[in-house]
Amino acid sequence: MIKSPLKSKVDSRDGKLAMAHLYVAFIALLVGGLAGLLQVLVRSGKFQLPAGIGYYQILTVHGVVLGLVLTTFFIMGFQLSVVSKTAGTFTGKQRTVGWIGFWIMTIGTIAAAVMILLNKASVLYTFYAPLQAHFIFYLGLTLVVVGSWTVGAAIIMKYAEWRRANPGQQSPLLTFMALVNTLMWIVATIGVAATVLIQLLPWSLGWVDTVNVAVSRTLFWYFGHPLVYFWLLPAYMVWYAIIPKIIGGKIFSDSLARMSFILFLLFSIPVGFHHQLLEPGIDAAWKFLQVVLTFAVVIPSLMTAFSLFASFETFGRSKGAKGLFGWLKKLPWGDARFTVPFIGMVAFIPAGAGGIVNASHQMNQVIHNTIWVTGHFHLTVATAVVLTFFGAAFWLVPHLTGRKLTKKMNKLALIQGSLWAIGMTFMSGAMHAAGLLGAPRRSAFSDYGGSAQAAEWIPYQIAQAVGGSILFIAIILMLYIFINLAFFAPKGEQEFPVGEALHPEEKAPMVFENWKLWLGITVLLILFAYTIPFIDLIQNAPPGSKGFKLW
Amino acid sequence: MHLDEKIWLTLSFGMIMAFMVITGYQTFALEMGPPSNNELIDPQKVDETAPFNEPGIKQIGENEYEVVMTLQVFSFNPMDIEVPAGSTVHFTLTSKDVVHGFEIAGTNVNAMVMPGHIQKITQKFDEPGKYLVLCNEYCGAGHQVMSTTITVK
Ligand SMILES: [Cu+2]
Ligand SMILES: [Cu+2]
Repeated sequence: MIKSPLKSKVDSRDGKLAMAHLYVAFIALLVGGLAGLLQVLVRSGKFQLPAGIGYYQILTVHGVVLGLVLTTFFIMGFQLSVVSKTAGTFTGKQRTVGWIGFWIMTIGTIAAAVMILLNKASVLYTFYAPLQAHFIFYLGLTLVVVGSWTVGAAIIMKYAEWRRANPGQQSPLLTFMALVNTLMWIVATIGVAATVLIQLLPWSLGWVDTVNVAVSRTLFWYFGHPLVYFWLLPAYMVWYAIIPKIIGGKIFSDSLARMSFILFLLFSIPVGFHHQLLEPGIDAAWKFLQVVLTFAVVIPSLMTAFSLFASFETFGRSKGAKGLFGWLKKLPWGDARFTVPFIGMVAFIPAGAGGIVNASHQMNQVIHNTIWVTGHFHLTVATAVVLTFFGAAFWLVPHLTGRKLTKKMNKLALIQGSLWAIGMTFMSGAMHAAGLLGAPRRSAFSDYGGSAQAAEWIPYQIAQAVGGSILFIAIILMLYIFINLAFFAPKGEQEFPVGEALHPEEKAPMVFENWKLWLGITVLLILFAYTIPFIDLIQNAPPGSKGFKLW
Repeated sequence: MHLDEKIWLTLSFGMIMAFMVITGYQTFALEMGPPSNNELIDPQKVDETAPFNEPGIKQIGENEYEVVMTLQVFSFNPMDIEVPAGSTVHFTLTSKDVVHGFEIAGTNVNAMVMPGHIQKITQKFDEPGKYLVLCNEYCGAGHQVMSTTITVK
């Protein structure tokens, strides 16, 4: 059978659904960015929050709104767009499912936000039981997760329909990748759904008195690590499958891309203990096993790096580049759709190296809960991922709204990306350095009773405030560009770039589409890594903890 | 597969294997594994349960001390410990309320202290000085003032 002919443009009804997600995402960017600015200012020691606002309230806003809301909404909107583009327009029923999911997520977001603003939920987005938030906070976040499953269902339905219509054929690469990320997300969020529904909700409602803290933390981190891969994989979609088209090159290898995504599905979940390395109650041998699995997930990232630079080099050489690095000069540095995500890719090199430090059992002890960790994920999610999302928004938003990215906006976008790089170098660099000296994360300003050691951290905290302020300017600039592209840019056709493989005749093996196999192995790995220590945490549990409201 | 791709994958696997071997060796052969003590306590009855009914510092050998310490919002008990330079100190810790962190700045002492669990960690203090001890796990509005000191003389 011949592949169903694809429209060159995403259907406008699908476009509306995707844009609805992007609007929420960019509102979240404003709110969360403002919270971040206030945090770095407070920690410089030179600024106090106006009466009544707590530092940890702002911190909860920052984490929830940027870590969960911005990312989840952007990713869902982006994935709906690439699936509609590469697998065809959604059916009416699929789109309705998508809209239902959108509204469930939005209602959940508003519910959680209200509770945070009322100061009933300053527990940070990692929950920290036995600190106990208002039950509506937990309920709201549950709705965000359930809504994301519903949007995910629309993507799964579309994929299944495509496979039925094209038997024996490999699915379009971007649809395949969106599906992998959706499946990984569903398997991962079962953990956070379990701790909220089985433990935190009944406990915050007063139906049960106590909570098993270790179990709740374990379920949270079962979700918390794949969460970072859920952020990262859409960026990898852009890097693998979209950037090659933007620069005018080809995807280096379709099979390699699919294989690395399958490896992410398998290895990004059974590794949550690397967030709990310093906790009592979990045997060091089980921790080590998950550290080994964590290292395994580094392999597909290294494969990605190879593939990207291979496609850049192939392109440069096809344009007559000479010498070892001559191809770098041939890349389209004036195109923000390329350059802004490229800054993200570069940031991922130190970010990945730092991640290996964090996961490494003993080295973790030096940096655990210090502001080094904050510096680390501001390179991964808040630079590599976010700049790639911005880079995608520069063409996706005008494509969906029937407008064009103008030269002027492109220029602003390049400035935006550069400001981000400068601001983040200051902020994240200072965080890494202060963390190595012992400065804690998630703490308001403190001189720790005049401690000489704590005094050494203050210059770094001022550097963080400088970097954070530059980042806030970059956020404002990004919002200006977004509003322009959504409402004011000239009407026109903006290309939706979808890369083609360098060797289209080399078909990826069909085993990549065997979901019974891959989900089966995923579940086996999870059971292998978690069953025994988890049963141990339940069977050998201490008396539970009552709830505390200490903010 | 290209030759370059094979080289890259071989290097990647080699590097990762080396990391695994080193962390594994340090954990199991050198006993440098992360603090993972497995003893339980009723978090509501910490004050009545030995050894936490008598928090404090005790000499248990030549240059060897045991510190039994409770963590609670927003303090450590005992506060402001002193030990001679060159001593090895065994910390036995638990929380009376929420989860706290036990970090001694400028050392590798870093552990999570959870209600219901007894955590243990050991450190040898060679360098004299006044070390800052702080809570590094968010525990509420006063989290940033939860600190004390260890003076090594
Ligand atoms: Cu992780
Ligand atoms: Cu504390």
